[in-house]
Amino acid sequence: MKQLSLSLFSLGVLLTISATYACEDYSVKEVSSGIYYHQGVHEEPSESNMGAIANVGFIIGEQCVAVIDSGGSYLEGSYLRQAIKNTTDLPICYVINTHVHPDHIFGNAAFKDDKPTFIGHEKLPAAIAAREAYFAKTFKETLGKAYTGTEFISPTQTASINKPITIDLGNRELILTAYSTSHTDHDLTVFDSNTKTLWTGDLLFMGRIPVMDGSINGWIKTMTQMQTMDLNFLIPGHGEASSDKWQSGLQKQLDYFTLLRDEIRVIIEDLGTIDQASKEVGILEQNSWELFEHYHRRNVTASFVQLEWE
Amino acid sequence: MFNRTLALLIISLSFFNVSAYAATPSEPLWPTLKIAYFGDKEIREAANDLLVIEAPKRAEDAAIVPITVKSLVAQTADKYIKNIHIVVDNNPEPYSANFHLSPELGLIDISTRMRVDQYTFVRAIAEMNDGSLHMVSRFVKASGGCSAPAGKDAAAALARLGKMQIRMRKPTVGEPVQAQVIVSHPNYNGLQFDQQSRLYIDAHYIKNINISYNDKTLIEADTGISVSEDPSIRFTFTPESSGVLKADVKDSKDQSFSLQKNI
Repeated sequence: MKQLSLSLFSLGVLLTISATYACEDYSVKEVSSGIYYHQGVHEEPSESNMGAIANVGFIIGEQCVAVIDSGGSYLEGSYLRQAIKNTTDLPICYVINTHVHPDHIFGNAAFKDDKPTFIGHEKLPAAIAAREAYFAKTFKETLGKAYTGTEFISPTQTASINKPITIDLGNRELILTAYSTSHTDHDLTVFDSNTKTLWTGDLLFMGRIPVMDGSINGWIKTMTQMQTMDLNFLIPGHGEASSDKWQSGLQKQLDYFTLLRDEIRVIIEDLGTIDQASKEVGILEQNSWELFEHYHRRNVTASFVQLEWE
Repeated sequence: MFNRTLALLIISLSFFNVSAYAATPSEPLWPTLKIAYFGDKEIREAANDLLVIEAPKRAEDAAIVPITVKSLVAQTADKYIKNIHIVVDNNPEPYSANFHLSPELGLIDISTRMRVDQYTFVRAIAEMNDGSLHMVSRFVKASGGCSAPAGKDAAAALARLGKMQIRMRKPTVGEPVQAQVIVSHPNYNGLQFDQQSRLYIDAHYIKNINISYNDKTLIEADTGISVSEDPSIRFTFTPESSGVLKADVKDSKDQSFSLQKNI
């Protein structure tokens, strides 16, 4: 009898785990020495993927660990924290958020016990405040149980445009650079000087369609600048980290937004409408990107109202 | 009219407190809103013989949802649409705009852009010159993912506050022409946050746009916080002689902006 109830109990546990994402399935990969990332899936956030759709990870120095983006839910944050604990005993001193989107910041609360310094762009606190209520309402539903425990934690240390900040993890300096409006109005990148690895946040999407939540002209300018960077490795916000694939990925993203801009400008010039633009612009790109249907028309809509003011 | 309606809504919502807060998709807000805005007046629903409302099935960008209202019956001096009220049921302030229309507009074809942050009905209620009310509506699904009704670049919006454009194809006297009035304005809805002061920014939005031709009003719009950043009104009119198309804009802090174009 005792045995039966035990096995029933185990079965229950198994069923619970298999219905969601299990901790042991959560893998991180070493990109370059001491730099690890978990590659998000190209899906919309859901309870079954626990919102783990973005690239998140950590960098280990001689004294400290820095987390770069904390995950798309409290649950993902806790799995990422466990992956760090499985890799090193060093303390987590910093949690860096590249921007406000839920897949990058929702895991913050999982690191509260480590008492890290939360770092972001100087405009990140305002961006969190403006979206918090909306995100909480929407994602509680989208992420179900994975959302439980999620909190909105603003950075206490911030970087300003033209004033990068440097943090030292112990013989390992990270340079945190704040950008003018691109993917959002508060993008932050992390550069590891030792290995020349750049963590771009969502300034670069590979495979998954990029989402414009900032300025189309600003982002195009930023991408052009990124093309000249001397890097050994790059970790995009979405898609595969590499030493040799990001260049073509960046070009592809630049081409996409340049095409959108060119075609939208023609429609605006002709007094066309948003509705017309969202049906006509960039449709040949639809087989080139994952989740095109979900975000392409949004990109067109958001770009249209900006390009009206050129 | 607009402020009175708002006051009515607030009064009514306090009366209907329970039902307003208990509202779920199975218990829609509209019956409460209808009483708040239109009292016990009868509204003819599905007035598809008079009006068409166009809106995307899904709000691609929650901050910018294009809405178009067209009439199927031409305005005449005897019988014309006096007002078109726009209601977005599930927005923080559902009563979103009131377009006062001239009988000289011919066929109505007006587009604007709204904030729509959740699944909602968007309604256009035509009020005829005889006072009768006729409604059409569309259901708009919320956008997915990271789209939030927040502005994308608050600094840029503020920097060009008050700039205006009147855009149109080359007009011909006596023929209908499409024109667009856009005003750059952050249209703060009172939910935005100021990073410097760590306080919420007061609502600061365009409340009135008056579009006239040779000093006769074609469209006067009372607008609220549901209207997108950089409010836009696109409309069709027929210039019967050459003249001046003018847009006068007032915001909630009594700032005025104006632009005109010779035709």
